[in-house]
Amino acid sequence: MKKIYSVWVENRFGVLSKVAALFARRSYNIDSLTVGETQDKTVSSMTIVSSGTTHTLEQIEKQLNKKLDVIKVRTYAEDKAILREVILIKIKYVSAERRELMEICEFLKADIVDTSNTHMVITLCDTPERVDNLISMLRKFNIVELTRTGTLAMPKCSEAD
Amino acid sequence: MNGAELLVKSLLDEKISYVFGYPGVSICPFFDALIESPIKSILLRNEQDCGHAASGYARVNNTVGVCAVSSGPGATNLITAIATAFADSIPLVCITGQVPTEHIGSDMFQEADIIGSAESFVKYSYLVRDAKELPRIVKEAFYIASTGRKGPVLIDLPIDIQMTEGLSYTPVPDVSLRTYKPTVKGHAVQIKKVLSVLKNAKRPILCVGGGVILSGAEEEVIKFAESLHIPVVSTMMGIGVIPSDNPLYMGMVGKFGKKYANRAMNESDVLIMIGARVADRAVSQPDLITKDKVLVHIDVDPAEIGKNAGPNIPIVGDAKAVFEELNKSLPDKDFSEWLDQLTRYSKTREMKMQGTAKYVDPNEFVRILSEKLDDNAVYVSDVGQNQIYSCNNYIVKHGKFLTSGGMGTMGYSLPAAIGASVADLNRQIVCVIGDGAMQMVLSELSSAKYLNANIKIFVMNNRCLGMIREFQHMHYDNRYTMVDLQHLPDYEQIAKAFDLQYVRIRKNEETVSVLDGILSLNGPVLTEVDVDDDAFTAN
Repeated sequence: MKKIYSVWVENRFGVLSKVAALFARRSYNIDSLTVGETQDKTVSSMTIVSSGTTHTLEQIEKQLNKKLDVIKVRTYAEDKAILREVILIKIKYVSAERRELMEICEFLKADIVDTSNTHMVITLCDTPERVDNLISMLRKFNIVELTRTGTLAMPKCSEAD
Repeated sequence: MNGAELLVKSLLDEKISYVFGYPGVSICPFFDALIESPIKSILLRNEQDCGHAASGYARVNNTVGVCAVSSGPGATNLITAIATAFADSIPLVCITGQVPTEHIGSDMFQEADIIGSAESFVKYSYLVRDAKELPRIVKEAFYIASTGRKGPVLIDLPIDIQMTEGLSYTPVPDVSLRTYKPTVKGHAVQIKKVLSVLKNAKRPILCVGGGVILSGAEEEVIKFAESLHIPVVSTMMGIGVIPSDNPLYMGMVGKFGKKYANRAMNESDVLIMIGARVADRAVSQPDLITKDKVLVHIDVDPAEIGKNAGPNIPIVGDAKAVFEELNKSLPDKDFSEWLDQLTRYSKTREMKMQGTAKYVDPNEFVRILSEKLDDNAVYVSDVGQNQIYSCNNYIVKHGKFLTSGGMGTMGYSLPAAIGASVADLNRQIVCVIGDGAMQMVLSELSSAKYLNANIKIFVMNNRCLGMIREFQHMHYDNRYTMVDLQHLPDYEQIAKAFDLQYVRIRKNEETVSVLDGILSLNGPVLTEVDVDDDAFTAN
């Protein structure tokens, strides 16, 4: 089972390592983790995707809440949140492959952001599933380098906002 | 004033009287500033022992213990004591010196990343980057250590911060942290649920843990149990909550606990756990505990509830506050019949216990010793077989029983006893320790001597590491290895070297006559108690 934790923490040095250490110390999985500032400069937002048993996922939330640098922990199911990831893929290609690559990018709304006669860099900002989809479609090509961010998450709009 | 003086002023604001410490260059400005202050610094013989002494002090005085050590190896030596305090939720403020701010991260002489190293054992930690922040940091540290689920807080203090001049003190307002607001009051709906479950209960039982002592809830819990005649068992850390002569008390549960206490807990239909972690040593199969009973789990730390066993009724709150509420609307119930049944069973079990004639029977010894102690004496037990003998035979009156329950740190008892003696100079303090742990902390005999601490040390000498030997007997078919403490020191000569009074008890018959004499002596006394290496704890 997967769970997404949106964690607001004090924007201080060492906080990321404290949160990461908590996961390591208790053998919790981190599938992905992203950190960045929020609109309030004193608050950082961490989005952590973890997987495990229901019991473990509950414990993670409790243990996160126990950390004194953690301001707020929110968890939500994937269908209740907007999820985004960014991916960069560098591909080495021969000219015969160019057309198919361009079609895949057009089909998945990915951008070719850099090219040379032999290489191109493709990027996509989309849901984790569609990013996975892009990777699987590009597998048959010569992937030189691939990097993706962790998941960013925000609850969908509601009247309560 | 400089940073060190500002720190001392901030400690005075917290009404601190003692700092247990060990110096090094990077903490020198702080100890220097203490000279001119009313705070007394107590030098121990090893940094780890400074933490244990602060723990013993904190537990006897119901306050926050303070220790201060140097950077690098001084700080890393302290880690075991920090972890020990963390496991038992003992409030400490631990101050470590650090290399100058500009050299942090350069692997300078005696530099260690103590904040990173101790992260999983502290409730919170601070690396001080601006000396002006010291009053706020100290105030927060004491607040965090002593509220909610108590625990150690670390302040890492670079030497340049201590030496920053031109500072002035302004009082800091009350602590308000947006990330830390411990729940004290139990939820009213949950409290009602407990009362309604009790209305239909037939065999309820209370299991009290260390949280009851930390919250000072002994009186409220006993009142609750006595009003309804509910039997009480305790975890190791809960020893001391309820006196042994209270007919409700069935003793300690768990792997090393009383059989009848475990049976009482197993046969109950409502189990109310208070300030206990439902951990492996107290409950052998925590996940099965709710199979045939309603589990009510009361704890100030929400993360403990449901960690090892999923309770039917969780209550997050301070034990004292929760029981004050429970006592306000007690159901009209009386569980005397169930209590009588358990009492009858416990009596038959007690009669079956027999001591060995060889050497001094350690079980009998603890019973006689604790019987003879003052009503408010402090009994500090170490870790190993001596801890199990102590837990199962210590007669609780109105004193304190201290031990390292969660971490099981050998060598805790003597420094903790020293801290306890500093906390209350007039109290009778006994330290019961095995010959293995004694050799780990021999040097603290020197501290006990110079402080003229009123500690009666009893070394249960079975010439081996008994607990592990027993484990190898049970699980390794008597393949004993690494447990024979060959070439033991002569404790009489040790006592002589440290200028301590020495007594030896060789046989059961000697115990009664000799103990009165030992307990009437002033200052520290080292007593060697000959114990059979085959005197196993399994009962």
